[in-house]
Order: sequence, then structure tokens, then C-alpha cells
Amino acid sequence: MKAEEYQQRELEIEGWPVKLVSYRLGETYHCTLDNVSPGATIARTTGSTREEAESKAIRSAGQKLAATTRRAI
Amino acid sequence: MSDYKHPETLVSTEWVAQHSKDPNVRVAEVDVDTSEYSKGHVPGAIGWNWTTQLADTIRRDILSKSQFEQLMKDSGISNDTTVVLYGDNNNWFAAWALWQMKMYGHKDVRIMNGGRKKWIAEGRELTTDIPNVKPSSYTASGPDNSLRAFLDQVQAAVQGKNAALVDVRSPAEFTGEILAPPGLPETCQRGGHIPGARSIPWSKACNDDGTFKSYDELKALYSSEGVDGSKPIVAYCRIGERSSHTWFVLKYLLGYDNVRNYDGSWTEWGNLVGAPVERGSAQSAKA
Repeated sequence: MKAEEYQQRELEIEGWPVKLVSYRLGETYHCTLDNVSPGATIARTTGSTREEAESKAIRSAGQKLAATTRRAI
Repeated sequence: MSDYKHPETLVSTEWVAQHSKDPNVRVAEVDVDTSEYSKGHVPGAIGWNWTTQLADTIRRDILSKSQFEQLMKDSGISNDTTVVLYGDNNNWFAAWALWQMKMYGHKDVRIMNGGRKKWIAEGRELTTDIPNVKPSSYTASGPDNSLRAFLDQVQAAVQGKNAALVDVRSPAEFTGEILAPPGLPETCQRGGHIPGARSIPWSKACNDDGTFKSYDELKALYSSEGVDGSKPIVAYCRIGERSSHTWFVLKYLLGYDNVRNYDGSWTEWGNLVGAPVERGSAQSAKA
């Protein structure tokens, strides 16, 4: 099998830039979402459609990113 | 890849596609997310779990020599096997595995340039088949602790100002604005960086497709921050895997002799009672 329909785009969630990558592997769409800086993946999801996989990732990442505290320096 | 000082430590995805099942080649996938391998991997590749197979599971440490030898044997790797490592997150933990393999003296270990990301983006073949591995014999050397920095060595370097400390975390982690990468759990008590460190995020060494930047670009990147190999270099991050990536760049792509990975990193320094911490805007902390 091969990854098909590979796409990536950047967006902002809870004030943090994130990169969303999605592709289809067989019948399943896979999505990973990273935090751009430093580039750590914070959500990995699957779905029967790209929209489903991406929306799960965005929801999951949103909860985690909302909990990230910015401190005064 | 020919401009790098040690181009033999890198292979392309195309090379792996042609050689992943060669009898003297063993490809291993090492991911941050240890479930990625099971979703589909390079044909012929085995998978290593960094949390259970590339670290001591009782105390915080790398593998012992005997644990390392056992992993090699179980993986069908002999002393003369060509090992190719790749993984997610631009090869973070592939570099971590390579660092340990070099500490235990494995001669021919390479990184697949671009990692899992590039393999998938190129639409290359994936399989969920797990290869049958015939156990091998293996004798490790070392550990070569010249590749590793321990706390007392970093403390001495801070006091003596005789090493280039490279903080490879994100600028917001470096300044102390955040204690962990956005979206990940906080794992230290204090934010900031080791006094005197320069901020050169690991990702600056990579192109968007996950491959490493050219020799000239890498040399310019690090030398612009005073990291030019004229004195010992210590790379650190939060837990030591991102700094393995930078350690690989400095040691093998730029060819600097004296480069150590401080795997204790910020989760050691930032939790240490009484350790000096610098916070805020180092001029080098640019996105």
C-alpha cells in the first residue's frame, strides 16, 4: 500500500501555529498535527474521510494547546 | 549529500527503496509515536520502541552495554550490518538511536534523509508485515562517553565558559515563556536555559521536506551563533532526542570532532535545585 492524497497546510489553534498533514492509506485517512515550533506532533487521528480525521486532530490539539501556559519573562 | 563531511552516514529514500531488503542491511523505524510503525512502514523494516527498547526502563539512562547487545541480537544485527534508521518528527528518535549505536561502536549506521515524512509524502510502498528476524551475534564496544555530556561536565563548561552550549529547543522554551513544547505536558520546574547557551532550534537544520539543509547552509547557521568547532560543543534540548538530531548534524554533516549530546537536558537542569538559569531574550532566540 502507499500513502495517497497527501496534503499539508498550516493554521493557528489557540494562538499557536500548527501544521496539519493528512493522507489516505487504504480505506483510512490519517492525520497528524504538529506545533510547528519545535515541530512536535501533538495529535494523530484517523477517519473514514479527510474531514473527519482532521476535525478530530484539531479538536484534540485544541484541548492540549489551550492548556499550554505562557509565562511572563 | 556529497558536501557533508561524512556523507556515508546519510541515505536517500530512493536508496532505501532499493536496498531495504538487502541481506546485510537492516532498516529500523524509531518513532516518537510508537504506534506509527504498525500503521505501515518501509518494507523489511523492523520497529524499535524508544520508551522500552532504547532506554533503561528502571532508571533514567540509555541502554547498558548488555541491553544494547541484546537489542542488536534480537534485531538480527551483526557488527558488520549496515543499519539504516528513520522515523517520524524528522528523525528525532532515529537520531537518538544512532547516537546510542555510535556510543557502542557500531561502524555503519545511517539516517534515511527526510525520515518517515518524506517516505510517505513521496507515496512510497508501505507494509504492515513484520519481517522474520534471525537472531544474530553481536559484541559492542564502549560506551564511548566522549559523545555524551553528563551534568558535572555541563556545569564545568558553564563555569569555565570553555564549550559552546547549543540549546536546540524552540525559542519560547529557550526564553522560559513555556516549559514544554506547546501541547505537551510540562516536565520541569523552571523555564529558561543554561547560562551562556545559544538558541539554535533543531528545525533550522532541516528543509520543509524533512531532509537536512546543505553543508554550506548548516555551516552558516551554526557559525553565525559562534558554533564553529573551535571549542567543544554540547547540544541539549528537553529530554535529549532533539539534541541527538543536532548532535548528528554537527558531528557527521559538519564534521566537528568534539560534540556531545547532553541527554539529561532541560528535564535535568531545569529541575535541579540551585542550578543557575538564564531567562528571557537572548538575542539568538529568534523564531
